Amino acid sequence: MKVVVCVKQIPDPADPGALDPESKTLKRDTKLILDESDSYGVEMALQLVDTAGEGSVHLVSMAPNNEVGGLRTALAMGAESATLVSDDALKGTDALGTAKVLAAAIARSEPDLVLAATESSDGYTGTVPEMVAELMGLPSVTFAKSIAIEGGTAKVQRQTEAGYDDVECPLPALVSVTAGVVEPRYPSFKGIMAAKSKPVDEVTCGDLGIDAGSVGWAGGGQEIVSIADAPAREAGEVIEDEGDAHERIVSFLEELKVL
Amino acid sequence: MPTVPHVAQLDDDLAALHQQTLDFVAKEVVPHGDQWELDGHVPRDVLRTMGGLGMFGIRVPESLGGLGLGPLASATFSEALGSSTYAGFDVTVLVHTDMALPHLLNSGSEEQLARYLPEVLSGERILSIGVTEPDAGSDVAGIRTRAEKDGDGWRINGSKLFITNAVHGDMTIVAARTKPDDRYGISMFLVEKGTEGFTVAKALDKTGWRSSDTAELHFDDVWVSDDQLLGTVHRGFYETMRNFQNERLVLVGMGLGAAQRAIDITVDYTKERAAFGGHLFDLGAIRQRLGMLQAQVDAARASMYHCAWLAEQGIEPVRETSGLKAWACEMINNVMYDCVQFHGGMGYMRETTVERMSRDARILPIGGGATEVMLEEVAKRLGASS
Ligand SMILES: Cc1cc2nc3c(=O)[nH]c(=O)nc-3n(C[C@H](O)[C@H](O)[C@H](O)COP(=O)(O)OP(=O)(O)OC[C@H]3O[C@@H](n4cnc5c(N)ncnc54)[C@H](O)[C@@H]3O)c2cc1C
Ligand SMILES: Cc1cc2nc3c(=O)[nH]c(=O)nc-3n(C[C@H](O)[C@H](O)[C@H](O)COP(=O)(O)OP(=O)(O)OC[C@H]3O[C@@H](n4cnc5c(N)ncnc54)[C@H](O)[C@@H]3O)c2cc1C
Repeated sequence: MKVVVCVKQIPDPADPGALDPESKTLKRDTKLILDESDSYGVEMALQLVDTAGEGSVHLVSMAPNNEVGGLRTALAMGAESATLVSDDALKGTDALGTAKVLAAAIARSEPDLVLAATESSDGYTGTVPEMVAELMGLPSVTFAKSIAIEGGTAKVQRQTEAGYDDVECPLPALVSVTAGVVEPRYPSFKGIMAAKSKPVDEVTCGDLGIDAGSVGWAGGGQEIVSIADAPAREAGEVIEDEGDAHERIVSFLEELKVL
Repeated sequence: MPTVPHVAQLDDDLAALHQQTLDFVAKEVVPHGDQWELDGHVPRDVLRTMGGLGMFGIRVPESLGGLGLGPLASATFSEALGSSTYAGFDVTVLVHTDMALPHLLNSGSEEQLARYLPEVLSGERILSIGVTEPDAGSDVAGIRTRAEKDGDGWRINGSKLFITNAVHGDMTIVAARTKPDDRYGISMFLVEKGTEGFTVAKALDKTGWRSSDTAELHFDDVWVSDDQLLGTVHRGFYETMRNFQNERLVLVGMGLGAAQRAIDITVDYTKERAAFGGHLFDLGAIRQRLGMLQAQVDAARASMYHCAWLAEQGIEPVRETSGLKAWACEMINNVMYDCVQFHGGMGYMRETTVERMSRDARILPIGGGATEVMLEEVAKRLGASS
């Protein structure tokens, strides 16, 4: 069984960097790490291959500057190989453009199953996986909390507000995984050392047969007109208790229409 | 959040091991450390998990199932462990991996390695090293525990004091005198827990390192077979001394990891603590002092990695490592002292992290080669290049 996991590499949330006033986008000069949201998909894929007793996990990522930091973490967890799409033409790519690129990259490895996270931690449009599925003509199952493979069928428990739905679909399929549903393994020290020598295939839009005009700022047809700092938080009102503090707090909450 | 330090000698692999250790410590150690301090030891499950992740095999050759890395890896691993703030946990691990295991690795026969390594690597068999005695600490050659030839083995009598991991561990590497008339006629033995006559006389109550267990051990006519003799008979003193360099390195490493955390915690605290219309950190006396502490920690860190690098080149940096052990361990205590000071009264409260860290740090200039003994090692080598 071949499982492909979409892995987004994001700026470290602990050190998110700053906006570049020129390009009006995030400065991409910090190291990228594995999006925690995707660590669940990686773990699930590794477990599925373990259970099947055969097969492999392959990663697909699109990221600027040939970044592999996040991929190495997922490789250290146990994935076998990766494809990285990195191309200056991808600057400013929107979610649909990203989906086009990922779909083309995933198709090259002819997987039985494609996993992604429900939404990324930094962009969180929560739309890429479904668009990838559409572009590849695959069934799409969202919000998975567990996946079992039986023959050519994926049996998915799909998380809902009330509990979960049991969903079945034929393979190949694309399933997006809810954060927190499995415990991602720590990479072992050996895994970390081995990750360095695992193959990462670095490709460009051209390699994937993608027209550079259909992605990037041009493909998105959007422009960031201006950026501004969020307004500073205003100081709150201090209520001194002169016997009527509770009444003033109640009327304040009523004004906010929370009571 | 602690981060991987910028150090010239750390390549990508070592930096990744450091990061991984930081992550592990933050998730699996810090949330439970207080309980382990009360229990007086680190639960075996955690050690097994670490074993499963390959954390005990850093120095073990690849052919024997380890990573085959050197002193630089020990330095960075110990520094990352130090970020836990629970030095009792750090030393539990490091006695196993970097203070006891090297004796087995450097002197063990093929048969001994095959017999014990798999369990040592998995965390199933936790090691301790028994050198110190009630009447012999710094003066290692003064030990009185003796082993006499008896049939196909040896009969050991005597006692050991302050032995880390010996209450809850599984095997002690014991130094015993085998040549009564020769001050340096010492041999090392592998003594498994449960061997008849080998008992824990007492679990010792300590100032710090409270999550580490420390034992007084008695050997009452303990018989072990010839295949429990580790290394060359009568050569144990020299073989033991050789492994002390690594022990000193990792004690400094864990101390520096802790000192860095203590500074970071104190910077955060003094930036939050309002006083005199600003915050404590705005006061020159405090920020300048913290700046100096950071400079000293940075200098010690550079020196530690340099010592580790020298050792990796096959140069035995006895002067450098002894000097580092002497200076850095005292410096780390100054860091802890100031961090407690800048916490004010809170710094004296049991619930405050730096309070615990200051108690933990006190052993560093005493254990594994006391400052005065280390300075003798430096002094002996003054005037000529070591
Ligand atoms: C202003 C701007 C500038 C950009 N500049 C660049 C650039 O210079 N270079 C570049 O390569 N991209 C660039 N991008 C694309 C960006 O990195 C995202 O991949 C894309 O916007 C996806 O949006 P999202 O995070 O909201 O996806 P979501 O739909 O929230 O993601 C859901 C899941 O889809 C998968 N997924 C999403 N994105 C990726 C990915 N990139 N790789 C692998 N899996 C993924 C993950 O599993 C993710 O958890 C830019 C985007 C914007 C908006
Ligand atoms: C918590 C803890 C854990 C320990 N774990 C272990 C362990 O796992 N295994 C083990 O074998 N040991 C262990 N030890 C023992 C430790 O290594 C010794 O305590 C240390 O070597 C000092 O020996 P001592 O206590 O006998 O002190 P002494 O040797 O009696 O020293 C007392 C003082 O005299 C000074 N002094 C001694 N000789 C000289 C000299 N030549 N010149 C100048 N000054 C000198 C010392 O520096 C010190 O200040 C542990 C100790 C503690 C407290």
